[in-house]
Amino acid sequence: MVSIRSIPSTPGSLTYHDLPWIIEHREERCTLCGRCTSICPTECLHLTYRRHRMPQLDILRKKRGSEFRTFTGIRQSTNLTHRCTGCGMCSMVCPNEAIGPVPNANSNRALFHSHQKGEAWKRGGRRNSQVSLLDQISFNRISMLTDPALDAGRHEFDLNTLLGRVLPPEEYLRRQASGEWIPPVREIFPFVIGSMSFGALSPNMWLGLLQGVAYCNEVLNIPVVMCTGEGGCPPWVLRSPFLKYLVLQIASGYFGWDEIIRAIPEMQCDPAAIEIKYGQGAKPGDGGLLMWFKVSQLIARLRGVPAGVDLPSPPVHQTLYSIEESVMKMIQTLSMAWNFRVPVYPKISASNSAKAVLNNLVRNPYASGLLIDGIDGGTGAAYNVSMDTTGHPIASNLRECYLDLVAQGKQNEIPIFAAGGVGKNGNVTQNGMAMIMLGASGVHIGKYILQAAAGCLGNEKNRCNVCNLGICPKGITSQNPKLYRRLDPDQVAQRVADVFMGIRTEMKKIMAPLGRSQNLPIGMSDALGIGDKDAADRLKIRYVC
Amino acid sequence: MCRLAMKTAAEPFSPYSVLQAMEAMREGYDGSGLGLLLRGVNFADFNYQSNDPILSGIAHSEAALHRLNDLMQTKGFTLKYDHEFVVKPEMLEARDRHKYFLRVYKQPDAWATWDKERVEHELMLNRLDLRENGIKNNGDLTVFAFWPDVAIIKEVGWPLVVGDALGLSDDRITSRICMAQGRQNTNYGINLYACHPFFIQGIGTMTNGENTAFVPIKEYLSGLNLPGYVGYQSDSEVFAHILHYVIRQLKLPLETYKHVITPLKTSELANHPQGEFLLGLRNVCRRLIIDGPNCIMGSLPDETSILAMDTKKMRPATIGGKPGEWAMASEMCGVDAMIPDRDKSLDFQPMRENTVIVPAHRKEYIIWSQFDPYPLPQAA
Repeated sequence: MVSIRSIPSTPGSLTYHDLPWIIEHREERCTLCGRCTSICPTECLHLTYRRHRMPQLDILRKKRGSEFRTFTGIRQSTNLTHRCTGCGMCSMVCPNEAIGPVPNANSNRALFHSHQKGEAWKRGGRRNSQVSLLDQISFNRISMLTDPALDAGRHEFDLNTLLGRVLPPEEYLRRQASGEWIPPVREIFPFVIGSMSFGALSPNMWLGLLQGVAYCNEVLNIPVVMCTGEGGCPPWVLRSPFLKYLVLQIASGYFGWDEIIRAIPEMQCDPAAIEIKYGQGAKPGDGGLLMWFKVSQLIARLRGVPAGVDLPSPPVHQTLYSIEESVMKMIQTLSMAWNFRVPVYPKISASNSAKAVLNNLVRNPYASGLLIDGIDGGTGAAYNVSMDTTGHPIASNLRECYLDLVAQGKQNEIPIFAAGGVGKNGNVTQNGMAMIMLGASGVHIGKYILQAAAGCLGNEKNRCNVCNLGICPKGITSQNPKLYRRLDPDQVAQRVADVFMGIRTEMKKIMAPLGRSQNLPIGMSDALGIGDKDAADRLKIRYVC
Repeated sequence: MCRLAMKTAAEPFSPYSVLQAMEAMREGYDGSGLGLLLRGVNFADFNYQSNDPILSGIAHSEAALHRLNDLMQTKGFTLKYDHEFVVKPEMLEARDRHKYFLRVYKQPDAWATWDKERVEHELMLNRLDLRENGIKNNGDLTVFAFWPDVAIIKEVGWPLVVGDALGLSDDRITSRICMAQGRQNTNYGINLYACHPFFIQGIGTMTNGENTAFVPIKEYLSGLNLPGYVGYQSDSEVFAHILHYVIRQLKLPLETYKHVITPLKTSELANHPQGEFLLGLRNVCRRLIIDGPNCIMGSLPDETSILAMDTKKMRPATIGGKPGEWAMASEMCGVDAMIPDRDKSLDFQPMRENTVIVPAHRKEYIIWSQFDPYPLPQAA
């Protein structure tokens, strides 16, 4: 049967109220300056000529009629490639508050059309779920009556944690007496900037972070470390004294490691640690997805590949026959590269099987820790289905692993770091401290740092989330100089310092009423309460109501 | 808040004198219980040989007492002396105390060939057996200690009243060390096992204040699966077990205790002569760092006594006395009550880095600082 072509509707046809974000444009305020259309990262806004009916009534002639006025209006594209992502840059640049996106309260029909041209929907960002179990946890064991409360402003607090293999005391004494190798241990701030690669992040963003981290260490005495993510880092950083603030990540693509290995003889100091990525919370079982438009000349050089080609990392390491074998070999090889002076630890996605990995590490004398990344972790690029539905929430996974170590009398011997959703709704210190009291030695924060330090526009309502496309309107995740020069590294560094100073104060404000100041309260689960009985039972903490 | 009083003297004295010091410190405290640890024990009615183990505890029923007798007989212990308390039950709050016992046993003949460590291990296992037996039988048998030269008494009530009720003023029991603590653990519910002083293999400690890092420390000690690291009805029990762990498991000098529970800061260790060793020790013993506020008093099998505080020093204590006789208390008036005729210029309140050690000779006390060189050759 021949379709009727005169009706302009196809299966893929969408109108503006089918889209997740609707542009509200107030014609009477608009001066047609064009700033919104030029800033829009998805080129969703365009000028169109519209006709406006002007009703006319001539009473004396008893005649009615209409005249028409032609005007220039701003409309949003209904083509999904150019859809509005709600980033709000248009309203940010509009001098007259004439334009801005509002979330569509109606059903989002565009979702059904997200698979286009045979491709499943890929995006950057986060899981887009505002639910946070960590937000519900409160700190209930207040020492005020049984003991004098501590003064968060005046007492001395030791807030640092340890990254590195902690020996049983008996073994430490034996090795000390016989002059044997003692595993390296770093004293670091328990909030770590999580792995975001030089490639996923723009040079200005990455260097701004590094500058902020260096300031925290050298001026503020907050020993913050940041992880590079896969893809190495600029050669001058590898040969600089700032390397000691960096955790170098090796992942399944081994990108950037030629450069790193070559730089070893010229390194002024050791890196803080080496992270071997086996999995990540946002896309378990999937490798990195750096698309060709983000592979600039600089990135290509660092990674040792041609520019402008897709760089999908394989889902597993090439050496991986069994996880035990791979973990053992890689940890040992990388420890050896720095002559056993640098802690080496794996990063895995949270999973029902995390305990198996942990128990394997306990038996590996060179393993220095374990980072578990929960389903709420963010990423630069992933398939939507992976990001939203694959993985395990971090809280119960972490708790199980910690209690498993406790049962073996080995708590914190393999320090467990937790990530995935810490600070997703802005409560970064509360979330992090809850994790620590559930048994984490520290937490990794990625999305929060982008939002707090660089003004990332993404949120848990699928706002923006175009990190994968290289069109980040703030210049955070773009390799396009026109975009990333919007971001001033000095200002990023300043925000990093602000953020960590704030976290430090909030940590004291949480620890002081609990009577803790001399040691990070790792595993102090008696301090925690939650108003959800099932979660309380699962996490073995107190149910409060 | 608990009151602590401890006296150590070359000549045995009555525990009642320490209870009077508790009374002097009565202001501002609820006096809900009494725990007494006597070391270097003398019985007026019995010529005690200090190698024989003393079993301290309470049988709450006649059946429990019979069971205890049977158990001890089965294990091969011979009863040498059973101290009869002159009890005035009407003065006690508790109504189910059938018999307080302090019994001296002769250890089984088979043990004669065993080395000291094995004997001490067996003594602990026997105590744990008896304790377990009591718990299984609805708590009708409570055992505080089974160790040579150590007697422990614990009861609910006002300390001096408990002392009167048990006739402790009659000088039939005296000792060279007496540790007294005056409060049941009201933070975690009344339970005789929650009462200080805590004891394990000759090591006894008592504490005031609250150990806010209790749960992670308890979890670590329990996870070691060493016999004896059980109980934890009180957050303060871990102090005794940490001291035991440092001295008996790690076999480190007494001075290490303070380095384990309240290690120096990284910047301080950087300037310490054995800083590198101590930093490593801090890292591996990090799970045993206490967070206070606590004052800790303890005594060891060789009659050494110690006094230390947590880093914040919000539970101060004073030591004072004269050669041959020293007293420590959480309140200065407690020291005054125990040794009034002393030179007060010798009084000392330890700072956060100090451990006060009174050696067995009791001629003087030693103020040891964490900043001092650490006395272990392997750390050099």
